[in-house]
Amino acid sequence: MTDNSYAAVMARKAEIMLSSLGLDYTPFMQDPIAFDYEAMMDLVPYTLNQVREIQVQSAVGNTALIELRQLTRLARKLAPKGKGARIFVKDEAANPSGSYKARRAALSLHHAKVAGFKGVVSATSGNYGAAVASQAAKRDLDCIVVQEVFDSHGIGQPEILEKGRACEIYGAEVMQLSVGPELFYSFLRVLEDTGYFNASLYTPFAIAGVEPLGVEIVEQMQAVTGRAPDAVICTHAGGGNLTGTARGLRKAGAFDTQVIGASVDLTGLHMASDRDFNRKHFTTGHTGFGVPFAGWPDRTDVPRNAARVLRYMDRYLLLKQGEVFYMTEALARLEGMERGPAGNVSLAAAFVLAQEMDEDQTIVVQETEYAGAGKQPSAQLTFARARGIDIRRGDPDLERPGQSVLIPEHPSQMKLRDVDMNRLRRGLVRKAAALAPAPLPETAIAFLAAETQFSCQDVRDVLGSL
Amino acid sequence: MTMTEQAQAGDWVQIHRIVLTPEQRPVNLPDETRAVPLEMRTKGWLITDAAGLGDEVTIRTAIGREMTGRLIAVNPAYGHDFGQAVPELLAAGDDLVALMRGAKES
Repeated sequence: MTDNSYAAVMARKAEIMLSSLGLDYTPFMQDPIAFDYEAMMDLVPYTLNQVREIQVQSAVGNTALIELRQLTRLARKLAPKGKGARIFVKDEAANPSGSYKARRAALSLHHAKVAGFKGVVSATSGNYGAAVASQAAKRDLDCIVVQEVFDSHGIGQPEILEKGRACEIYGAEVMQLSVGPELFYSFLRVLEDTGYFNASLYTPFAIAGVEPLGVEIVEQMQAVTGRAPDAVICTHAGGGNLTGTARGLRKAGAFDTQVIGASVDLTGLHMASDRDFNRKHFTTGHTGFGVPFAGWPDRTDVPRNAARVLRYMDRYLLLKQGEVFYMTEALARLEGMERGPAGNVSLAAAFVLAQEMDEDQTIVVQETEYAGAGKQPSAQLTFARARGIDIRRGDPDLERPGQSVLIPEHPSQMKLRDVDMNRLRRGLVRKAAALAPAPLPETAIAFLAAETQFSCQDVRDVLGSL
Repeated sequence: MTMTEQAQAGDWVQIHRIVLTPEQRPVNLPDETRAVPLEMRTKGWLITDAAGLGDEVTIRTAIGREMTGRLIAVNPAYGHDFGQAVPELLAAGDDLVALMRGAKES
């Protein structure tokens, strides 16, 4: 009889992952550090145009690019003369399941169907669950979504309850778990029991599916302004959004566009804590995922993660929860658009960044997501207030995650907080160095340079300081 | 949550199961998480006989898998909503509109 204890299932992790992906990762697992990332991405046997065609057939993509003229005007009012870049947003809420995640699900499930799987499984508490369920419905694939939903009192985070409801609407079986990283254990057991496809967010398919988003941005901006945008901001959590978008920008020739990540600052809250779980007012796009995934991508449900943000991210900005709620209100009141939380993290960053940039420059916020019960600031902040969170107007810099939410008193109180990119890069090099005996071969040094956008000498300097 | 005490075969119900007891959970968790079990809730059609809350039952899920667990609700409400308006945000919105009107005049 199969041993289904926690330790036994985790020990079978590698074989379960391999049999549930329909991809051969062996060539990329030969060396403890280095592997050919582009060759791994080439496991996707489609050209960019074929990916776009698959997505068109899935009713995914080709979303509108909207110029946010009122927010640009407000930014210019606050900025020094001559500053205030034009802000645009890609309205990804128009995808079938209400977010850009439909792009990742469309290509992954196309592959699952071609590979002969009868069903798909996804471990996610985010929009990706609904995206997988929606694309599975279209393709007549069974779908199971495993979510972290409740604390030990059975209280569900409103936004995750909404995401669970959305999965059910598309006909998925939804396994709702209480707080804990052993969600992964339950997920592996489902994969083993069913033999279904692991619709991971981190396969080459799930990343290649985002590339058309970057390409569309360049094409649409060229049509409107005559050139590629100066900056694109991506809300960053697991890294696939930024990685895929940046790859798409490059495929469209936009090598000079700055690629910026933005996350909500939840410093101090523990992601595996039963107590902290319902004291977070954002369920993704926050530092609890963004910082660890940037610093070390290989912490996922695939042997090698195709989402590797330090290869592409030029700058990483943090926003306070109160600032993002404030921008959500501003988007509704000044632009007449009600949208969900994820894209508004990037929007808050764009609003402040625009004030640093010249008037003739442009910024694209590369996603919106749908709004609905559980997702609005009213839902999140009513839930927070009932839990004793102090919600008031004030300087967002004084906000304490898990204790307070400070809504700015004036838009000039919003600011950019840069994460130290070199610190993230050094951390990645150090962590990799621990996987192999010193001195590392040149192949590993060149790989780590590509991983971090460091020079080979920078990598050697970090290794030398160990 | 609907408090119907009795479920009939064929009802859409929610079951509950302990996945890992505290002792079975890995040691590297925060204390407050490791002090409680890992629980699972899922919904489906009741395929065993009429049962009361707390009874062990079997369901058929949306994709036809059979699962066993303790009956905890009959067709439970989703439970999430829009909450209440947030006065701080309403006021912030008014401020922003006023700021823009001022910008137009100046």
